[in-house]
Amino acid sequence: MTDQQIVEQINRSLAEEFEFDIEEMTPETTLFQDMGLDSLDVVDLVIVLETAFGMKIREEEAIRKIVTLGDIHNFVIAKKRQTENA
Amino acid sequence: MLLKRVVITGMGAISPFGRGVESLMAGLLEARSGVVQVPALAEIVGMRTRVAALATGVDPMEIPRKHRRSMSNMSVYATLACQDAARMAGVGEAELGSGRLGVSIGSTTGSPQTMQEFFRDFNSDNSLERMKSTLFFHIMNHSCASNVAQVLGVTGRILAPAAACSTSCQAVGYAAEMIATGRQDLMLCGGADEFHPLTSGTFDIMNAASKAFNDSPSCTPRPFDRDRDGIVCGEGSGILLLEALDCALARGADILCEVTGFATNSDPGSIANPNAASLANCMRQALDDAGLQPEDVDYLNAHATATEQGDIAECEAIGQIFGPETPVSSLKGHLGHAMAASGTLELAACVEMIRRELLIPTLNLEHVDPRCSGVSHVQGIVKRPVETILKNNFALGGVNSSIILRRYK
Repeated sequence: MTDQQIVEQINRSLAEEFEFDIEEMTPETTLFQDMGLDSLDVVDLVIVLETAFGMKIREEEAIRKIVTLGDIHNFVIAKKRQTENA
Repeated sequence: MLLKRVVITGMGAISPFGRGVESLMAGLLEARSGVVQVPALAEIVGMRTRVAALATGVDPMEIPRKHRRSMSNMSVYATLACQDAARMAGVGEAELGSGRLGVSIGSTTGSPQTMQEFFRDFNSDNSLERMKSTLFFHIMNHSCASNVAQVLGVTGRILAPAAACSTSCQAVGYAAEMIATGRQDLMLCGGADEFHPLTSGTFDIMNAASKAFNDSPSCTPRPFDRDRDGIVCGEGSGILLLEALDCALARGADILCEVTGFATNSDPGSIANPNAASLANCMRQALDDAGLQPEDVDYLNAHATATEQGDIAECEAIGQIFGPETPVSSLKGHLGHAMAASGTLELAACVEMIRRELLIPTLNLEHVDPRCSGVSHVQGIVKRPVETILKNNFALGGVNSSIILRRYK
């Protein structure tokens, strides 16, 4: 997958799960403040990403530092590349 | 005996006839059937019944995702019905968040649909890694009561009685007792259930589900009829807003009706089969609670689900106490059996029968089973003043319940 395809897949998956308007999703969008997610949603967000990309990320320390949608894009892209190069 | 007078100031209904008590009454008064064919039932090995009474007129998207994520259909039904009941009663944020308003809403089980989805996934690889954070809130036994309280901002007591078909009758009775003893001033109470093949299957394997009318669903169930062949399962929610009379008067609320008596008892003779003596005891206790004699009751709204054992035992019990004159009907012919919701959907209709001064007949009752002939069956709409109604609900598990409503004076 290209980086752009990964970004689009993330946005589609999160839009479906959390009923977001995909047009309003930008890399600067914050998960808690702009998108209104809470701690329960973050648990489900991890499941959505794990299911969409077939990877395990629940125990990753970096997950706890995510603030924006762009952080998710970068995290998943890095994780995918790391997996591909392993 | 209720120590304080308890009245009804709001009602909500989600039924096969749509959302709202007006829709419910329109279906009942037009003698419509809410029963439809459910093709998915035909795909289940061993399932013989193919019909159900499914709720209509519900848009779950009305509820914000933040609240909806913790709900299965039964909580959606309960929430929308509670919003309607509160609106009808003129109850807003001040009362809902006062701590003086509580919730008493039950269901037969937590969401069977969510449980099915979880175990289907879990059993595929014995993994919890795909389990959503909100799963528990769908399947906990107090799912409906808690979800209602979350959406409406209720800060008072939460009670979630569970007694299958007696659930909402008990929910109303226990709520009335809480108000009568001064513990709460207002209670949103009732029941909700969502249709799932497990419910139909439960009755089907006991040979108590209707299967002879799969191609003519509007002809079943047939309470008290000689050709009846069992229950048709349904779904929905019925909600009553109960209120202390002094509270309702102080608010200037429109008072719809009064709850004057309640009884519930256990029948340890059988976990499945009703017993006429035990049913009769329950009705007598409700009459005692209301300080009434049998002749004071103008109409009896029966549980009568169209099973062989239930209809006959209930008629025997009614006949013992009320004799052959008191009018009797069941609304299961229209609504099917909405399980935990049935009691309060039918109570809402009873309130309207008092207000509109009429009796609604048993749909599909064409030829009274001779074994059910000891009572006076209502077989067409009867226009007459109705002051006092006794309403029954009897449940698997040996749980009987009766409520008495009276015109508010």
